[in-house]
Amino acid sequence: MKKKGEMKKVVKDKLNDGEHDDPWWWLVQKGIKSSFLCVSVFALFVRVAVGLHPYSGANTPPKFGDYEAQRHWMEITLNLPAKDWYRNSSVNNLSYWGLDYPPLTAYQSYIHGVFLKTFDPDSVALFSSRGYESYLGKLLMRWTVLSSDVLIFFPAVLYFVLVYRSMRLGMGQNSDVAWHIAMILLNPCLILIDHGHFQYNCISLGLTLAAIAAALSQKDLVASVLYCLALNHKQMSAYFAPAFFSYLLGKCLKNKNPVLEVAKLGLIVVGTFAVVWWPYLHSKEAALAVLSRLAPFERGIYEDYVANFWCTSSVLVKWKKLYTTQSLRTLSLAATLLTCLPSMVQQVLAPSSKGFLYALLNSSFSFYLFSFQVHEKSVLLPLLPLTLLALEERQSLLWLTHFAMFSMFPLLHRDKLVLAYIALYALFILVYFAPGGPCGRCNSSKTRDHSQTTKRGMEFISSIAFHPLVMGFLGLCSLILHVIYLTMRPPNKYPFLFEAVIMLICFSQFVLFTLYFNSKQWMLSKHLTSKDKQKKII
Amino acid sequence: MKQLLWFFGIATTVKLLLIPSYHSTDLEVHRHWLAITHSLPLSQWYYDETSEWTLDYPPFFAYFERFLSVFANLIDPRIVHLHHGLNYKANSAIYFQRISVIVSDLFLLYGVYISTRNLPSLKRNLVWVLLIWSPGLLIVDHLHFQYNGFLFGWLLLSISFLAQGKDLMGGFIFAVLLCFKHLFAVAAPVYFVYLLRHYCRGGLVRGFARLSAIGAVVVAVFAAAYGPFVYHGQIQQVIRHMFPFGRGLCHAYWAPNFWVFYIMLDKGIAFLLRKVGFNIPTPVASFTGGLVGDASPFAVLPRITPMTTFIMVLLALSPCLFKTWRDPRPRLIARSVAYAYTCGFLFGWHVHEKASLHISIPLALVAVESLEDAKHYFLLSIVSCYSLFPLLYEAQEYPIKVLLLLLHTILMWFCFSALFPKNIAAKGSLQDDKKSTQYESKGSSRTAAEKQRFELGWVAKSYLLGVVVVEIWGQFLHPYLLGDKLPFLPLMLISMYCAIGIVYSWIWQLKWIIIFS
Repeated sequence: MKKKGEMKKVVKDKLNDGEHDDPWWWLVQKGIKSSFLCVSVFALFVRVAVGLHPYSGANTPPKFGDYEAQRHWMEITLNLPAKDWYRNSSVNNLSYWGLDYPPLTAYQSYIHGVFLKTFDPDSVALFSSRGYESYLGKLLMRWTVLSSDVLIFFPAVLYFVLVYRSMRLGMGQNSDVAWHIAMILLNPCLILIDHGHFQYNCISLGLTLAAIAAALSQKDLVASVLYCLALNHKQMSAYFAPAFFSYLLGKCLKNKNPVLEVAKLGLIVVGTFAVVWWPYLHSKEAALAVLSRLAPFERGIYEDYVANFWCTSSVLVKWKKLYTTQSLRTLSLAATLLTCLPSMVQQVLAPSSKGFLYALLNSSFSFYLFSFQVHEKSVLLPLLPLTLLALEERQSLLWLTHFAMFSMFPLLHRDKLVLAYIALYALFILVYFAPGGPCGRCNSSKTRDHSQTTKRGMEFISSIAFHPLVMGFLGLCSLILHVIYLTMRPPNKYPFLFEAVIMLICFSQFVLFTLYFNSKQWMLSKHLTSKDKQKKII
Repeated sequence: MKQLLWFFGIATTVKLLLIPSYHSTDLEVHRHWLAITHSLPLSQWYYDETSEWTLDYPPFFAYFERFLSVFANLIDPRIVHLHHGLNYKANSAIYFQRISVIVSDLFLLYGVYISTRNLPSLKRNLVWVLLIWSPGLLIVDHLHFQYNGFLFGWLLLSISFLAQGKDLMGGFIFAVLLCFKHLFAVAAPVYFVYLLRHYCRGGLVRGFARLSAIGAVVVAVFAAAYGPFVYHGQIQQVIRHMFPFGRGLCHAYWAPNFWVFYIMLDKGIAFLLRKVGFNIPTPVASFTGGLVGDASPFAVLPRITPMTTFIMVLLALSPCLFKTWRDPRPRLIARSVAYAYTCGFLFGWHVHEKASLHISIPLALVAVESLEDAKHYFLLSIVSCYSLFPLLYEAQEYPIKVLLLLLHTILMWFCFSALFPKNIAAKGSLQDDKKSTQYESKGSSRTAAEKQRFELGWVAKSYLLGVVVVEIWGQFLHPYLLGDKLPFLPLMLISMYCAIGIVYSWIWQLKWIIIFS
C-alpha cells in the first residue's frame, strides 16, 4: 500500500517536471529567511485586509467594546501621571474601562497614545474623546496593532523557526519550514482577535514566543526576561507559567550547581519585574492597588459562553449560586494546578525541547479549562504552542483550530466579523492543505512521519480520533450549527441555546485533546530522554 | 488543475476579505446598469438618462448585467430599482456586486487554465502567480470595482486558441469580447491581419471559403449583440454612448502615456517663451475637458484631435501588422496583441490608467519564455501596478496597495530567479524548453547562455529605486515641504515616471518584434 502510494507520487512528479518534486521549490529555494519574507508580507497583507472590517463595539454606545477600552487606556496614560493610571479619581473613572492589565500594557498604550496624538489629537483628548470613533481614528488604531505585530510577533516567529530548524526537530524540507511559518503567521484566531475584534495579543504572544525560542536555544536568562515581559503585558500569559517554571527548573536541576542556576533565574525575574513595576514600587499600597486591578475577581468565574469546565458544567451545577466567589477562586486554582501537575512533573524530571512545547500546550489548556475568569479569546494561548508543534501535530492542529474558531464564532458574530471569519477560515484550510505541503502530499509520507514519533498505542487512539468518519461527522455538525446560528432565532425560552450547544461541542473536544496531549507528553519522555542526553553530550 | 484551483482559492479568500474596502463610483455605475437593464425594456437601455451614469458598454455587457440583475432582484429588489436604487449603499448591494465580480473571475480561471495547459510545471506555476495573483487585477476589480477579470478570461482564451491553431474559435471569442467591452478593439487590426494571413490561406478557393466562414462567425456575433438595437433603429444612439469623444485627451488622472510628455513639453516651451518675453496666453480649456468649445488646451503646440491619436496608434502598430502579414505565427500572437494594446495605451485618446492591464496580462503568458522576457516583464509589471496607485487615494487602502506591489515584486523575483538560476546544472532543462520554443533566434540564446542568472542591470535597478523615491516624495515629502501648493505635482510625477517605463516597454516590444520575429 505504502509502496503503491510512493510509486504514484514518483510517476506524478515525472509527469509534472521530473526535476523538482516540490511545487514550492521556486519559493523556498533561497532559504528560510526569504520564504519567511514572502509569507510574512502576505500575512501582513491579510492582517491589513482584516483591519478593514468592523471592530468590537463599533457604533454601540455607551460602553462600546475592546477597541474603546484600548483607546481609553491611551487617553488615560497619555494625560495622567503614571501613579494615577490604576487609581480611581475624578479624572479616571475606573468603572469605565479602567486599566486592568499590567504596567507593560500601560506603557505600550502610552507610546501608541503619543502616536495617535501627533496625527489625530481629538482621539486621545481627556474626557472629550470617550466613545470617539472616526475614519482616521480607526486607521491609526489599526496601524498600532499592525506595527506591534510586525515589530514583535513576526521577528519572534522568525527567531523561533530558525531555532527550531537548527534543532532539526522538524522535517528536512524547506517547503515544510515555509508551511510551518505560514501556519504560525496565518493562524486565523489570532488575526481575527487582534486585527478584527481589536486587541494586542500579538505583543504578549510574541514575547512568549521569543521566550520559547530562547529557552529552546539554551538561553535561559534571556527566556526568563522575555517571559516576564510577556507576563507584564498581559496577565493571561500566566497560562504558560507552569511549563516555563518546570522546564527551567528541570534544566537547573540537571546542572552541576542547581542552587546557583535557580538563584540566577530568580534574580533576573525579580529584576525584570522591578524595572517594569518601578513607578509603583515606592509604596506598598500603590503596588497592591495595581495588583488588585489585575485580578478582577468580582467579574465571576466565567464570562459569556466559554467552552471551559466551569461554564459547561454550570448547565448542570449552578456554581455561581452554590459557592461564594472566594471559595470558587480556591476551587478553580486547585483544579488548574492539579491538571497542570502531570505535565509539570514530566518536565521537571526530564526536560526536553519537544516536551517543553507539549508542556506549554498542556498547561495553557488546563488554565483555559479550569482557571478563574476565562474568556473565549483565551483559547489563543493554547493555540500558540499548538501552531509551534504544527509539523508534529498536523491533524490536531487542523481539528483544534477548527474548534477554537468555532468557540469564538458567537463573539465574532457579535462583532460583525462573519465575512472575515469565513474568509480567514477558508484561507487557513487552503494553506493547510497546500499542494506539496506536508498535508497536501500523498498519504504515504504522512503515516511514515507519524510512526516515527508515536508509539503503537497512541497511533491507535489517534486513528480512532482522526478517523475520517468521525471527523467528517463532527465537521458536518459544526457546519450545520454555523448555518443555524446565522439563519435561525433560538426559542424564546432558551435565548442562548445555540451558544450552549457550541460550547458543549467545543468543550468535549478540548478535554479530549488535553488528555491526548498529556499522554503524548509522557510518551515522549520514554524514548526521547535518551536522545536528548546524547545531544547534550555532543 | 488542483493546484490552479488552490491558487484561485487563495486569491478568492483575499478578495472576500477586501469586500469592505473603498470602492469607486464604478460600483454605483454598475449598480445603475443593473437597474437600467432590469427595469427598462431593451429599446430604452441606451436612452435612459435617470442617472449621469448612462450605459456606455456594448450590448453583451448589457446582457450580462441583465443576467446578474435577476439574482440581484432576488436578493434585494431595491438594488435594481431605477429610482429608489440611486446611490444605494446598503450592504446587500455592495456584497452582491463584489461577490458577482469574484464569481465572474471564474472566467479568468478558465482562460488561465486553457492557456497554461501545455506548459511545464514550474513555468505553469509562475504564470499562475503572475495572472491569478495579479495585483493590478486585484486593485482594479476588487478594490476599485470593475469586471476586468471576467473580460481578460475571454482575451486569454482567445489568445490561447489562436496559439493552438484554432483560429476560428479564437476569432469567435475575440468578437464576443469586443461586444463585451469595445476597449479591446485596439488589438482588432492585429487579429484581422493574423486571421487573414494565417487562417484564410491555402489557395484562392479555400482561402475565400475560410474568409467567408470567419466573416460569417464575426457577423453572427455582432448580429447577436447589435441586432436588437438595429431592429429598433437605435444603432447611432448606441454608438454615441459607446464612444464619448466629448471626453478629453487625458483622463482625470493622467494615464502614463505619450501625451503626458506632450503636455509637459507644451508647458515647458510656453514657460520658456514667456521668460524670453513672448506673450503666450494661458489656455482656458483643460486636457480632461474634451472637445467642448473651440479652445485648445495647448499653449504652443498643435492641438490633438481624436483623429490624430487614431493615426498615431495605427502608425505605431504598423511594424507589427507588417510582420504579422509577412509571417503569421501562432506563438507570437500573445506578443502582437500585447504590443497592440501598448500602442493604444501610449497614443490613444482618453486613455485610462487601468488600460495598462491590457499590456501586462497578455504578456504574462510569454514572460517565462526567456530571460530577456522575464527581465522586461519584471519591470513592466511593477510600473503597470504602480501606475494604478492613484486609483486608491484613501489612507485606509494605502498599506494594501503597497503590500500588494511588494508581495508581487517578491514573488516575481523568486519566480524568475528560480527559473533562471546561476548554476549550469539547471541549464539542461532550460535548453529543453528552448528547443520547444523554435522561434528563439541564435542571438538571444547566446546572450542567455552568457548570462543565465536573473538579475537586473543598474539602469533597471535605479529606475525601480526611482519609483520608491517618487512615491515617498508624493506621499510624505511633498505635503510636508510644500503643503497645499502644487497639489497636482505628485500625480503628475507618477504619470511622468510611469510613462518612462511604459515607453521603454513599448520600445523593447517593438525591438523584439522587428529583430527577433
